Amino acid sequence: MHSRSESTFRAGLNLAAIAMVVLLLAIFVTLLVNSLPSLREMGWKFLYGKTWDPVSGTFGSLPFLVGTLLTSFLALLISLPFSLSIAIFLGEYLKGGFFSSLMRNAIELLAGIPSVIYGFWGLFVLVPLIRGLEMKLGITPYGVGIFAAAVILSIMVIPFSASIAREVISLVPADLKEAAYSLGATRLEVVWKVILPYARSGIFAGILLALGRALGETMAVTMVIGNANFLPGSLFSPSNTMASVIANEFTEATETLYLSSLVEIGLLLLLVTTIVNIIGKYIIRKQTVEV
Amino acid sequence: MESPVLRIERFNAHFGDNQILKDVTLSFPRNKVIAIMGPSGCGKTTLVRCINRMHELTAGARASGKIYLDDEDLYSMNPIVVRRKIGMVFQKPNPFPTMSIYNNTVAGYKLNGIRMSRGELDRIVEESLRRSALWDEVNGALHRKGTFLSGGQQQRLCIARALAMNPEILLLDEPTSALDPKATSHIEELIGELKDTVTIILVTHNIAQAARVSDYTAFLFLGELIEYGPTDRLFTVPEDKRTEEYLTGKFG
Amino acid sequence: MNRVGVTGRVIKDYSFRSVVIVLCLLSILPLLLILIYIIKQGISSVNWGFLTRLPRPVGEAGGGISNALVGTVLLIIIACLFSVPVGIFAGVYLSEYRRGRLAYLVRLSVEVLQGTPSIVIGIIAYLWIVMRMGSFSAFSGGIALGIMMLPVIVKTTEETLKLIPHHLKEASLALGVPYYKTILKVIVPAGLSGIITGILISVARIAGETAPLLFTAFGSPFMNLNVFKPINSLPLLIFNYATSPYAGWHSLAWGASFVLVVFVLALNLFARMVARRWKVQF
Repeated sequence: MHSRSESTFRAGLNLAAIAMVVLLLAIFVTLLVNSLPSLREMGWKFLYGKTWDPVSGTFGSLPFLVGTLLTSFLALLISLPFSLSIAIFLGEYLKGGFFSSLMRNAIELLAGIPSVIYGFWGLFVLVPLIRGLEMKLGITPYGVGIFAAAVILSIMVIPFSASIAREVISLVPADLKEAAYSLGATRLEVVWKVILPYARSGIFAGILLALGRALGETMAVTMVIGNANFLPGSLFSPSNTMASVIANEFTEATETLYLSSLVEIGLLLLLVTTIVNIIGKYIIRKQTVEV
Repeated sequence: MESPVLRIERFNAHFGDNQILKDVTLSFPRNKVIAIMGPSGCGKTTLVRCINRMHELTAGARASGKIYLDDEDLYSMNPIVVRRKIGMVFQKPNPFPTMSIYNNTVAGYKLNGIRMSRGELDRIVEESLRRSALWDEVNGALHRKGTFLSGGQQQRLCIARALAMNPEILLLDEPTSALDPKATSHIEELIGELKDTVTIILVTHNIAQAARVSDYTAFLFLGELIEYGPTDRLFTVPEDKRTEEYLTGKFG
Repeated sequence: MNRVGVTGRVIKDYSFRSVVIVLCLLSILPLLLILIYIIKQGISSVNWGFLTRLPRPVGEAGGGISNALVGTVLLIIIACLFSVPVGIFAGVYLSEYRRGRLAYLVRLSVEVLQGTPSIVIGIIAYLWIVMRMGSFSAFSGGIALGIMMLPVIVKTTEETLKLIPHHLKEASLALGVPYYKTILKVIVPAGLSGIITGILISVARIAGETAPLLFTAFGSPFMNLNVFKPINSLPLLIFNYATSPYAGWHSLAWGASFVLVVFVLALNLFARMVARRWKVQF
């Protein structure tokens, strides 16, 4: 026996819930539909084509796939020792207290800085430094390129993997650690041989989520990667990622095939990011349930 | 003897596949305190939650049978109307944390959008708080939030909140089990005073409390009504062996 | 146990700890460097004129960021108008209907949406709105930002409401208050601080977003209050000026960066304060 307001309210709740699901589906469908022209025209060649030349109508996205992979993985590699250190420090050495919360707040602040500002700083501070490095190494001193993007990305990505890893590490059961200590193990040994192996999957999940973040990062990368549409020859080459090519060229894409190719890149980006994130979140959920 | 204020006839309650109440028949006299006691899991809380139709709010809950409030079938009425005629106080005091003492007392009106003049509301607030023996302690601080009060005071506030709706029956579900002995005795004293104006059904697992406070006692066990009668008789010469065993602490 | 072995292990232990601490400190280094750099470069540009004047063409001195400030605020308002009601209702749904097919799908959608790259959201807003309308607009930018706000609002609303003790709802229902009024007048108010914190945090996040605005709001050198026309925002201005070849615009961008960072940090601090001060005791 529900009054009309009651039914309206419940309907409203249901509507909002359905809207969320529909929104997501609509996003995928829209991207798919708008990629159809380039999907039909190029099929799988899109993924391994090396040439991206809007003028002649050739759209191969391999340069961007490679650019994305290189920047993201390099960024993860660079950030890993830092994130892990923070996670170990805050999760095991110094769980509470003033310095610990200072550290935690600093990391949160790091995560809150807008991407465009990272890019701005990267362009004016990091790139000249890298240019100097390249000159010393005898490479063409672009300054911008995959390396610059990877470094900026690694800074941006540290808070993500650090916070998840820290949670997982602090959840390692005390009795396991006590057992190791009572056998005469040093802190280092307990960390390496007990804590890290136990928290292994959680740390992996943190890395995955950091990867998901890195893959989708646009502005900072766009500003320091050099906007080059050919396959990168080395880690110091200018390049483009899937996200940055969209950012750079979307407003110029006037004809259908061009636009559709960019949308297809967007679809690919969404698919990859989604899979990485889902796997990461799934692992975390399993971890927290187990603990 | 005047007609009972509440009559329960052949009442059954289920929770999924479990049957919580089996064929319970019971009638409650007006303006008395009736205690419902029994070991944990006997169904006493479910029984009172069926009286004010809160039981059916849980997913998987079912009920069958009749309950009459002054000859009106509660189960053919709108449950919201039922709950406005029958008040309930819970085990853990639960004043609304975002409302002042004043607003908590008349929450039943405010939340339901029943418009009343400021003067009327003032009158109801004072009357309800006096009835629940809280007025002297909070008068002057009515604008403060209810959560600043002690446990016993919070519970009296909840009683005032229920009384403000002028119910015919007040259901008290283990109202003192979360309180200290001093607060408990205040509430027990209050129950004695309130019965002149409202019928009180008290669920308790505290046998001594039932003996102190109630006029009639019902003993439930495993969902069945085992025995029901005047308290002094039931406690001194129980008819059923199981009642005797419960009273002497053999189980529960 | 062999003494040399133990000393070796102890040395390794100390050096490990030092390495960990050094790496931790090094991680915060970029934060300090960036903040210091922004303050150094930016603070000289920021004055009242800077905040209230419109951008000037290249070469002319004395430009300002007023249109970007107004634009950022307008975009935030549009985003909130869209995302706050939908997000809160969806969050209430999840806290009330914990199990069930739809709840599972909603949670999944929220997770996927949260991980969606912001540039993809920009593409979507472009395809849905800009193409249909035939022009860039504040409206499309606001919707894109709103979509990005949704996951955080839904999640924090759900988390907050889940923490509210069950007996509060019972108390209201026992007074004969219908379910929908119980939710709207008792449960949601009790969880208001958490919900508002979630909104503030997501606003802080989108305030700094550029990618979704690149082809929706698009940017503009003019002051614009018409939601159906292109509009400027702080991050867009920073991007455009930073990547331009003009030194004059670079310093404007630093000033704008300073303002943006202060704004975002202030919002985060405010959110934290709200969470602590307004927390409702049960």
